Amino acid sequence: MREKNGIAVSFKGVTRRFGDVRAVDDVSFEIADGEFFSMLGPSGSGKTTCLRLIAGFERPDAGSIVVHGENVEGVPPYERDVNTVFQDYALFPHMTVHENVEYGLMIRKVPAGERRRRSQEMLDLVKLGPLGGRKPSQLSGGQRQRVALARALINRPGVLLLDEPLGALDLKLREEMQEELKTLQRQVGITFVYVTHDQGEALAMSDRLAVFNHGRIEQLGAPAEIYEHPATAFVAGFVGASNVCRDALAVRITGNARPFAIRPEKIAMARAGEPLAEGWVGVPGKVRSVTYHGATTRYTVTVESGELDVMRQNAGDGRTGASAGDVVQLTWPRAMCQPLLDEK
Amino acid sequence: MSPAPALSRLSTLFYVRPRLLLALLLAPPLLWLGVIYLGSLLALLLQSFFYIDEFSGTIVREPSLETFRQLFTAANADVFLRTTLMAAAVTVAAAAIAFPLAYYMVRYASLRMKAALYLAVMLPLWSSYLVRVYAWKLILAKEGIVTWFASQLHLGWALDALLSLPVIGGPSLSTSYIGSFLVFLYIWLPFMVLPIVAALERVPRSLVEASADLGASPRETFRRVILPLAFPGVVAGSIFTFSLTLGDYIIPGIIGNSRPFIGQAVYQLQGTAGNIPLAAAFTIVPILIMGAYLLAARRLGAFDAL
Repeated sequence: MREKNGIAVSFKGVTRRFGDVRAVDDVSFEIADGEFFSMLGPSGSGKTTCLRLIAGFERPDAGSIVVHGENVEGVPPYERDVNTVFQDYALFPHMTVHENVEYGLMIRKVPAGERRRRSQEMLDLVKLGPLGGRKPSQLSGGQRQRVALARALINRPGVLLLDEPLGALDLKLREEMQEELKTLQRQVGITFVYVTHDQGEALAMSDRLAVFNHGRIEQLGAPAEIYEHPATAFVAGFVGASNVCRDALAVRITGNARPFAIRPEKIAMARAGEPLAEGWVGVPGKVRSVTYHGATTRYTVTVESGELDVMRQNAGDGRTGASAGDVVQLTWPRAMCQPLLDEK
Repeated sequence: MSPAPALSRLSTLFYVRPRLLLALLLAPPLLWLGVIYLGSLLALLLQSFFYIDEFSGTIVREPSLETFRQLFTAANADVFLRTTLMAAAVTVAAAAIAFPLAYYMVRYASLRMKAALYLAVMLPLWSSYLVRVYAWKLILAKEGIVTWFASQLHLGWALDALLSLPVIGGPSLSTSYIGSFLVFLYIWLPFMVLPIVAALERVPRSLVEASADLGASPRETFRRVILPLAFPGVVAGSIFTFSLTLGDYIIPGIIGNSRPFIGQAVYQLQGTAGNIPLAAAFTIVPILIMGAYLLAARRLGAFDAL
C-alpha cells in the first residue's frame, strides 16, 4: 500500500538499452507525492521510455525503480499501483464509454452497480456525463482523451502517467485541456507524471520538470528555474529561445570565452553610442531582419563575430522600433548572462 | 505535350459525372455476379423442384416436392450429419491450431520469421491440390511413414488403439475418418490462419498494454480484449474451412472409409445416376447449413467489432 514517505517515484541509476542505443542512460531522479512532474525532451530523448519503465512495459537493464516505497523490479504492469493515459488513448473499440471506464473496476471484481455509479461520477468529472453509452468511434478526439483520463483515474492510482496526452488535439483544445488537467490534478491530489515535447505545455503545467536529451536528464527544476537559469546550451535552446554565445562572441561581450545564454526578450535595443548604465553590457550592431509576430517583434541583429536575436513586446501603438539596416546598440544587465556548462 | 482532345474530353466527362464512371466500372462484376453466378445457381436450385419419373427415368419438368421427399431419407440424413460433423470438427481444430500460430506471427515473430511463416502457410496453396491429397494418402497408408514412425518409437500400440476407436477408427489412417479429418485440416488450414493474422494485425499493441495497465492479467487481457477483437477473423476463417469442407468431394473419395459426404453424393447423382433434380436438392442443404451457421455467428456477436 501507499507509504507516506513523500516520494512517489524514484529512479536510481536506471539504464535501458535497445540494441546499441541507450534509450535511458544512467538516470536518477525523485518525484514527490502529489507533484505534477513533467518529462520534457525531443523525440528519442528517453522520456517516453522512462514513463514505460514506471508503468512496467519496459524493464531496466540496470538501476532500480521504486514506486511508493516498493521496488518494482519484476512486478508486472497489472500489479503496479500506476495507471497510464496513452498517447493514442488506447480505448477498447468493442466496449462502450462506460465499459471502458469501468474496465479496471471490473477486473477487480467491483460489483456492477457500484462500478456504474463511480463510472458516472468520473464521466461527470471530465465533463462527459451523458456520453456513457457511446462507442469510442462515435467520439471526437478531445472526448476520447477525456475517456482515457477517466478510465485511468477511476482506479485512484498512486501515480498517473500521461504520455503526450494532448499531442493529437488542436491548439485551442490543447490549451483548454492544459488548464483542466492542472485543475483536475489539484482536485484529485494524485501524482501526475507527464511526458511532452511541448516546452510551453511543460512550463505552464508542471510543479517541476526534467529536460531529457540523448537518454539523460540535462536539467531538473521548477519551470521558472529552468527557464531563467538553463544549465546547458541544449536546455537554453529547447526550453524557449536563447542566444547562445560562445568563443569569440562571448569574449567580445563578457571578456572571457566561457559560453553563456541570453534570452532575446531580456535584450534592450538603444541608439548607437548611447551611454551604458552601470553593470550593463553594450554591443553595437546592425539590424539584419525584422519579423512581426503579433504580440512581439523579433529583430535579428548582426554584431561583431556573430548574430543576436532580440524580442520586443509590441506595446503601445504597434509601431516597430527599428527597421532593417538601422545601426543599434544592444544592451542588457551583465547579471542576465546565464553561464552554461561545457557540453564536452 | 497536351493529351489527345478526345481522351481529355472523356476524362472531363467522367470527372463531372462520377456516377457514370462508377456505373461503367461496376457493370462487368455486377453482370458476372448477378446473371452468370447467381443466375446459374438459381437455375440449379429450380431443378430441385422437378423430379425423375420412376418408370421412364426422365426428368418431369413440373413443380413438385417429390424430390425433397426423396432427399429426407434416413440414409441421406446420415450423409448430412457426417459432413456437418466433419466440417465442424475441422473448423474447431483449424481455429485451435491457427490462433496460436497467427498470434505468434503478429506479436512475437521478427520480420524475417514472419515472412518465413507466411511462406510456410501459403506454400502448399501453390502446389496441386490433388498431388497433396495423394501425398497424404501415402503418408497415412498402413505401410506409410506415420505407421513406420509410430513403430520406431514403440508407439504402434497407441496408433492401433486410436484406429480401434468406434466410428472414427478403421483398418488404417488412410481409410478412416481420422485420416480424412487430418487431410481436411491440412488442406484448409491456410484459410483459417490468414484471416486471423489480418484480424490480430488490427489490434494495436497499446490496447494490450492498456488492459495490463488497468490490472488485467495476460489471461484476462486475452479473454476480454484480444479474443473479442480477433473473433471476426476467426469467424471469417471458419466460414472458409466450414463451407469448403461441406462442399469438398475429392478428399473423402481418396482418403477415408467409403461412406459418402454431401459433395460425393451430389457428384454421383448428377453423374452416374443422372438424377439432376436430387443433386440440386442436395446442394440446397449446405446452403441452408451455412445460412444457419452465419446466423449463429451473428448471434455470438462475431460481427459486432467490424
